Amino acid sequence: MNVLTENFSTYWKGFLGTVELTVYASILALVLGFVMASFRVAPVGSFRAFGTAWVTVLRNTPLTLLFFAVLLGLPRFGLVLPFTVFAVLALGCYTSAFICEALRSGINTVHKGQGEAARSLGMSFGQTLTLVILPQAFRSVIAPVGSNLIALAKNSAIAGAFSVTELLGTYKTLSELGFNIIWTFVWIAVGYLIITLAISGVFNLMEKRWGVAR
Amino acid sequence: MKALDHGATALYDIPGPNTERRHKLYGLVSTVILLALVGWILYLLFDTDQFTSTKWTPFEYKGIQELLLRGLGNTLKAFAIAAVLSLALGTVLAVGRLSDHRPVRWLATLFVEFFRAMPVLVMIFFIYVALKAEPLPALVAGLTLYNGSVLAEVFRSGINAVERGQREAAFALGMRKTQVMTHVLVPQAVRAMLPAIISQLVVALKDTSLGYLITYEEFLHAGKLIASNLDYDLPFIPVVMVISPIYIGMCMLLSWFAQWVAKRQRRNPKTEAADVAPAEPGTLLPGVQ
Repeated sequence: MNVLTENFSTYWKGFLGTVELTVYASILALVLGFVMASFRVAPVGSFRAFGTAWVTVLRNTPLTLLFFAVLLGLPRFGLVLPFTVFAVLALGCYTSAFICEALRSGINTVHKGQGEAARSLGMSFGQTLTLVILPQAFRSVIAPVGSNLIALAKNSAIAGAFSVTELLGTYKTLSELGFNIIWTFVWIAVGYLIITLAISGVFNLMEKRWGVAR
Repeated sequence: MKALDHGATALYDIPGPNTERRHKLYGLVSTVILLALVGWILYLLFDTDQFTSTKWTPFEYKGIQELLLRGLGNTLKAFAIAAVLSLALGTVLAVGRLSDHRPVRWLATLFVEFFRAMPVLVMIFFIYVALKAEPLPALVAGLTLYNGSVLAEVFRSGINAVERGQREAAFALGMRKTQVMTHVLVPQAVRAMLPAIISQLVVALKDTSLGYLITYEEFLHAGKLIASNLDYDLPFIPVVMVISPIYIGMCMLLSWFAQWVAKRQRRNPKTEAADVAPAEPGTLLPGVQ
């Protein structure tokens, strides 16, 4: 217990680090995921191919490898950014592939007649997608998108191991100070539980409010 | 996938000659932009001397090739052990969650929910640092606890997805619960679960690379050893170029296998009744299922 009380500032910093990483990476993942999902259903072949390639490659890349390539490889390339930015890039791009697939499966659940009605009103592809299909698709993908963002929050631990200030990373500082390692981990675990429970709570509320009853 | 064929999608009309021309233009422009991007990256690579011979010589040495192969072997070893143990743990937990005895059910649920909610890496570090395990057991244990818990949910949803009538009919014939499970429900569920199980194994394969972070001598670790070698002028980029395709290729093969199984089953009327949702990464606690 006193591991927490005596080192609250260390934990708090790590906790905030994880929250920050999760928020920024989530925004990037949602935006990129939306773009890639639109690409994957677009009428232009090269867009579809690009979206497919993006999703296939990123879904099959181990996240540790991606972190390795981005955090250690890119600086050799002449691209030097703060560690946290690299971590957000890696996490966001990786998760965007999963978000894209969730959105795409949501698009498939929207009844075909909706799109046909939009077309018959003379809407373009962009209008059909953003005004008619996606708002409805969004309702059926709340739960999967939520669980992808929870996975993102959990995956952010890898950034900690690559020495971005983040919750898991705090164990190093504390074990060097000689604190009981088991309790250190118990409080790290509690920290992650708070974050993941918060995300699942928010998505539960959203699902209750907007979700499709099945 | 079918929705993407021309004419089958509700999102846009079958393009006429004008639109066809416009789409071709978009395709051309985007391809040019992409090629320019690739060209720029290649230019950067050349500009930062990534293709100089010193950086690529390490891959010619036998010792280094062996180091990489050993790393790959260790990756596959960790994956094989973790896969077998996860399947076993998943089975045990699924049986626990479907038990008729409330305390058993309750314990299994608690176990599953806790280990799905924890980052795998935290578990691996905990076992490695706090319990002072060797890297391989720590990695395998972490992967097993997480993937076993996820697989338990896959198994459970697979069994629950078998039509109610099957279970009722079996009970009506006088079978006991164990018989109903082993003779009627599990054989039907396994077919439907197979793609989801294989997809989860892809996750396990990807996560073996976490071993790198606890100095388990797997593939990425071998790569790091070569990459940080001063004699070869720190060949980080060449190493990434060599090991990423192998990693991605392995995972893709397994993913394709899962898709192939799924596609084959969609044509099979026997499995149509039971449709298992893909394994989601940790949905967490009541409500979201």
